[in-house]
Amino acid sequence: MRQLLLKRLLQLIAVSWGVGTLTFILMRSLPGDMAYRIAASRYGMDAVDSRAADIVREELGLDQGALSAYWQWFTDLLSWNLGNSLVSGAPVSESLWHMLGHSLLLAGAGMAIALIIAIPLGLASAYWGGWLDRALLTASTVMRAVPVFVIGLLAVIVFALEWNLFPVAGFGTPAHLVLPALTLALSLAAMSNRVIHTEAKRVFGSSFYEFARMKGLSTWQAFKHHGIRNIAVPVVAFLGIQLITVVEGVVMIESLFSWPGIGHGLAHAIFARDIPLIQGAALMMGVMFVVLNTLVDIACHYLDPRGGRIA
Amino acid sequence: MCPLHARKLCLLSFVTFMALNLNATPTESNTVKINAAFEFSSIDPSRSGYVFTRMQVLETLLNVDEKGALTAGLASDWEILEQGKRWRLTLRDDVVFHNDTPMTAASVVAALNIAKEKPGAWQGVPVQAIKAVSDHQIDIELTQAYQPLGAILANYASSILAPEAYGQDNVATQLIGTGPFSAYEVTVPHRLVVEKFDQYWGQKAQIEYARYLTGHRAEARVLQARSGQADIVFGLDPAALPTLKRLPNLEVVRSDLPRTLVVKVNAGQAFLSPVEARQALSYALNRQGIAMAVLRSPESATAQILPPYMSDWYVANSDMSQDLEKANALLAGLGWQKNSDGWLEKDGQVFEIDMITYADRPELTTVATAIQDQWKQVGVKLNVNITNSSAIPAGHADDSLDTALIARNYGSIASPLGTLIKDMGQAKGGDWGTMNWSNSYVQSTLTELLSEADASVFTQKAQRIAQAIYDEKPLIPVAYYVQQTAVNKRLEGFRFDPYERSFFLNELTWVK
Repeated sequence: MRQLLLKRLLQLIAVSWGVGTLTFILMRSLPGDMAYRIAASRYGMDAVDSRAADIVREELGLDQGALSAYWQWFTDLLSWNLGNSLVSGAPVSESLWHMLGHSLLLAGAGMAIALIIAIPLGLASAYWGGWLDRALLTASTVMRAVPVFVIGLLAVIVFALEWNLFPVAGFGTPAHLVLPALTLALSLAAMSNRVIHTEAKRVFGSSFYEFARMKGLSTWQAFKHHGIRNIAVPVVAFLGIQLITVVEGVVMIESLFSWPGIGHGLAHAIFARDIPLIQGAALMMGVMFVVLNTLVDIACHYLDPRGGRIA
Repeated sequence: MCPLHARKLCLLSFVTFMALNLNATPTESNTVKINAAFEFSSIDPSRSGYVFTRMQVLETLLNVDEKGALTAGLASDWEILEQGKRWRLTLRDDVVFHNDTPMTAASVVAALNIAKEKPGAWQGVPVQAIKAVSDHQIDIELTQAYQPLGAILANYASSILAPEAYGQDNVATQLIGTGPFSAYEVTVPHRLVVEKFDQYWGQKAQIEYARYLTGHRAEARVLQARSGQADIVFGLDPAALPTLKRLPNLEVVRSDLPRTLVVKVNAGQAFLSPVEARQALSYALNRQGIAMAVLRSPESATAQILPPYMSDWYVANSDMSQDLEKANALLAGLGWQKNSDGWLEKDGQVFEIDMITYADRPELTTVATAIQDQWKQVGVKLNVNITNSSAIPAGHADDSLDTALIARNYGSIASPLGTLIKDMGQAKGGDWGTMNWSNSYVQSTLTELLSEADASVFTQKAQRIAQAIYDEKPLIPVAYYVQQTAVNKRLEGFRFDPYERSFFLNELTWVK
């Protein structure tokens, strides 16, 4: 275990440096004058002009060479300082905390609802097969093929406009979380119920499962002792990957529901060329990726300890 | 067990306690919910001050009525002395900041001295000094007369904040203003909740709280209006208007804005430098078609940059109809002939130009593609490039821009003169105005107008400038902006400020 953690810590350092550096290079190589972009976001489109851009350039020292700007960022990072947003002037860590908190809340709620939908459906379609399986396959394919904002709009029309149960958009109360989380969950469950279905079918059709039934275990006993763990290992690995894509990939949902998450914030920061914020957000994503992978590895190890030492 | 009357007393005090508690926090029933497209990136007035003046947290020394005339604000009176080189403003003496400190001449001078150093409205104002002359009077000394100063004092960038509001580098870190509402919760960049301020000097608010929420997507804003989850929704998508107008719980308010969709033209570009070429491009436009099909407001089509209610700057006889024959004839007169692909060609060169526009306002991209199609009919090949709004001043600065489709706000400073000087006061033009268009009469007269005291001479000169712009087409106007706002009928007293300075929340009441 200690070896795993050490290895992952080294990975974390490498990923942080790599992601930060890559973001820096990519942002610097984008066409267009950074000073104008930042000025447009700071002062609004009616007030952005050459003077505003000059002030921004002077204030932020954008004339300094790329190397010295990079060195500045790197030394700040070593002292755990992510810098200040070029647009708002607020510390990047504060903005990230605000956005990441909302994104994790949405992702967590979405994943939880997705599991509540996907686990029973995946298991039922694997167990009974037939028309149920075909119907679920069709529904999942349709749900996966439809862009997520269409699902969101349908949810809004049904639950917010017709039945007036939940707010259309916004944040701040639990009711505001329901529709974005449900939209996210439906889109996630479309995929995860098929993964659960495939794994469950593999396990239900395996010889060890058949043997468990033959030796006299009831359906529930066989499932509890020989099914759950075997199905869970690949599913947990898949969910880990899915969670990370969810956190960074819900821009459409966040912007449809005016949810102040990291995906939406990152998209705005890219438009505005707010490099410290982009670097901070990318860095956070990289760190989360390593941490989640580590957690998934540990979870898989406890679910299936036969692999021996984890490393 | 307490006796019956004691239990009643317990219940009564509990209910009272709950009621007091309910009143002390914003709830769905005591909060006016406002939804609009724009985020606020900071609380500094020079950056996103318009959100805070509209929500009536911040105020300015002077205000502007719906006709653009100056009215009293935090200053009860103002005088223009020494041939316009000194403005003396008398401050109200009953104004209290939201932190309960009184507004003094010193705090006003401090706020204005900070404001004048920031980019935006104060750029180009020839200020020599701003100083207090007594406890209730301040002087703004100018190196030369500057007629639009009043309008600049009414701009959000000139908001008066308490000295305690500013942090390092004179950037505002707290929202301490003087308006009828004080900031209750500020979540940059999406949400602002304001609370009624009982010590306000003017008309006190009836509603307890108001909440501003940025709604990025036009569809989501329309849905919020429909569902009644937002009380006032600004910037409605024109396509959604017919549905919204049919709903019994909503009133859709239409208001004209001094903002115009114009094509900025680089008059220094080889193909666009002859005035006939620009006139031909103007004739090729079907403005009514664009106004009707894209903006859903046929009467907003125009061939002039300023609206009829800014009458000094509006030419009486203008023609905005599409005339392809005239356009073709003008282009043929310049030697352009259509090639086998249908594009205009001269000396082996195709009439191919770029147009940049930005996606912040959704209609711009649709209008740009409509123009692309209309100019194609006369053989002009237009490449539309959708980018960030800052690409326009950047393209102006490095001379790389051919044309740009912009939504220019001529009312950001209430007098259009200030904006016009910025936009066309020099031969190089302005970031959001003309480009490489030289008309010495326009350029010199605009500066003269800054110190023109005679109203009839002012009108006469302004008319000549408006005629020159209309004739020579350094900017090709397409349509005016119309703001469509949905207001829930549970609110009464809504009115719209065409200069977008205030939402007039203190005039709103709940319908009983």
